[in-house]
Amino acid sequence: MALLQVSGSPHVHTEESVKKIMWTVIIALVPTMIFSFLFFGLQAIVLTLVAVVSCVFFEWIIQKYLLKITPTITDGSAIITGILLAFNLPSNLPWWIVIIGALVAIGLGKMVYGGLGNNLFNPALVGRVFLLISFPQQMTTWPKPHHWFTQATTLSDATTGATPLGIIKSGLAQGHDVSQLMETLPSYAQMLLGERGGSLGEVAALAIIAGGIFMLIRKVISWHIPVAFIGTAFIFAAMMHWINPGLYIPPSYHILSGGLLLGAVFMATDMVTSPMSNWGKIIFGVGCGLLTIIIRVAGSYPEGVSFAILIMNAFVPLINKGFKPKRFGSQKIKA
Amino acid sequence: MKTFRIGGIHPENNKFAHSSKIETIPLPSQAVLYTTQHLGAPSTVVVAKGDKVKVGQLIAKGDAFISANLHSPYSGTINKIEPICDISGYKKMAIVIDVEGDEWEEDIDITPDIKREIKLTPAEIIEKIKEKGIVGLGGACFPTHVKFLIPQGKKAEYMLINAAECEPYISIDNRVMLERTEEFIIGACILRNALQLSTVHIGVEHNKSEAIEKLTQTAKNFQGVEIHTLQTKYPQGAEKQLIKSITGREIPSGKLPIDVGCIVNNVCTALAVYEAVQKNKPLISNYMSYTGKSVKTPKNYLVRLGTPIRNIIEVNGGLPEDTEKLISGGPMMGKAIANMDAFTTKGFSCLLVINNKEGKRKESINCIRCGKCVDACPMGLEPYLLAPLSEASRWEDMEKEHVMDCIECGCCQFSCPSSRPLLDHIRLGKNKTGAMIRARNTK
Repeated sequence: MALLQVSGSPHVHTEESVKKIMWTVIIALVPTMIFSFLFFGLQAIVLTLVAVVSCVFFEWIIQKYLLKITPTITDGSAIITGILLAFNLPSNLPWWIVIIGALVAIGLGKMVYGGLGNNLFNPALVGRVFLLISFPQQMTTWPKPHHWFTQATTLSDATTGATPLGIIKSGLAQGHDVSQLMETLPSYAQMLLGERGGSLGEVAALAIIAGGIFMLIRKVISWHIPVAFIGTAFIFAAMMHWINPGLYIPPSYHILSGGLLLGAVFMATDMVTSPMSNWGKIIFGVGCGLLTIIIRVAGSYPEGVSFAILIMNAFVPLINKGFKPKRFGSQKIKA
Repeated sequence: MKTFRIGGIHPENNKFAHSSKIETIPLPSQAVLYTTQHLGAPSTVVVAKGDKVKVGQLIAKGDAFISANLHSPYSGTINKIEPICDISGYKKMAIVIDVEGDEWEEDIDITPDIKREIKLTPAEIIEKIKEKGIVGLGGACFPTHVKFLIPQGKKAEYMLINAAECEPYISIDNRVMLERTEEFIIGACILRNALQLSTVHIGVEHNKSEAIEKLTQTAKNFQGVEIHTLQTKYPQGAEKQLIKSITGREIPSGKLPIDVGCIVNNVCTALAVYEAVQKNKPLISNYMSYTGKSVKTPKNYLVRLGTPIRNIIEVNGGLPEDTEKLISGGPMMGKAIANMDAFTTKGFSCLLVINNKEGKRKESINCIRCGKCVDACPMGLEPYLLAPLSEASRWEDMEKEHVMDCIECGCCQFSCPSSRPLLDHIRLGKNKTGAMIRARNTK
């Protein structure tokens, strides 16, 4: 026997590691990925591959040659950023735009802050919003999804070229009524299964929910952010719909359309960029929900999830200061 | 099933010595008794080199307010009195005894008969506890009689026995409760009587179902003994958490158990109190587990104070090949042993062998702000914030973040997926912050 080791307690450690957490998230993303491949075919596979490979490559090259530190690409976080970036893009986006998005996501979204754990904003969303502002034309042209589960109708084919939210936004601008517009939109069944226009990862609601449940069970996320996010968006949208059903779409359609579920389950729950305490997480989720609906109904963009999450990301340090966990013994003794 | 709400973790139980009967370690040929075997001032040596002593004879006296008497666990001759290295490698004043035979003081009852009737008055009980050198055997070794000096204006309403044994690996409390059930319960009743209360509350973690059953059966023959089943969750046996689980009372930040009317004692302490009060036997031996993943035969032992640690290992057949660390106590809060040539002391409840698989610390990487340390902290603190504050020597900020509430249970560091040494930093910061506060208060 060699010398005895001496160190402070504790002397045992959990089996959990950052790598395991990251790979759990990747597994949770797989169902959504499969659905995106089903609907958008080879284009989606190529786009996802380009995004993942370039994210990992940029992380490696920045760490190795710019920061001159040991690359940490094996932790899996760059892979997640790549997948999430791809999920936020239309499948027919030119590959060179995807690479620019990956460079911005990893470089500007993560590495400038000091790498994993230090970034203030969700890297994939930084990449997406950069592309949305820089290439608005390409970023809002949506290809037609395959119809595997339901009959392709002329009505749902009408979604080609725009997302349901986009159709509503432009329809309302042309003076149409919500109930008229709803008839031209995909049905609830199609929304759940994903047969509608949109980014790769936002179309299949059921697959996203399945991934979310898997992460909940593996304790990679907690319920607070998704429930607060979706709940707030639902209640707020319901109030708007109740006030003027002609102008505002039903709340359940809000929840299923656009990137709300993808955002609430996979993006807002990012550990690095969300608050620490449970109450903080709830406040964060409520903020995301409110901002999403406000941007959707009042902003010039049809979709507001990315902006809502990024804005709330910026509030996280403040939320962490203001909403501390409940401390043991912080109450006075009851006489 | 009762439990505390905030934080807590579920480490692997690993109670390997759970069902192995308590065995006795043979007497050593030479023994070493440190004069600080307890929290507080060292005891004053009352014997001299060359003196003959008997088992149970007072050899060092606890004069100070917080101190404890020390009795000889052996009969023999005092060889020398000089500083000797303890398990951490620090030199401490010690009495070295050459062991000759096993001759006991005559007033000690060494028969196995169980004495059920409690004759002593509360004041006499407390005096006996003080005289026989009883200290808290849960780990801190705080002199037990001091706990009964209740400050003016405070009232003790609960006598709690901490039988949670929430640390993984250790199973000595479990064995004592199973093998010395009645004596343990009588000890608990004595502690209850000392406070003139009607009930003593014993809290046991759910994973010791056999002990719970036996205690419940035996307690039927006694009045005012209540057994509480507690959820198996670390740190269920931390004083503040135990009080919260059993009574629902929460000790306010910076306060003591007595501030919420509670006094807590450990299983082995209760047994030691029984032996002191009913059998006139001083605290001269320890019950302990010898265990670990690589230990072939994990055992529970009764060992006299001052026995060389090497003796325990030898009785068990030597250290396993892949030993990385030796721990005095449990894996979560125990102390790593730096000096294997040291000797057992009061409160040495476990000798734990950590092998090189579980003992090697993983390389620490960036904090990913997952919040697992925040979820795990049973005090509701934010370890992810405290650790970097400590690294930056920002003691004032640490005080504002309530670092002094930290009970050093290790939940944060255990659960960190980035393997960050959170408690190392926080412990250092707590010491520095505490020193800063004391310096400010004495100004």
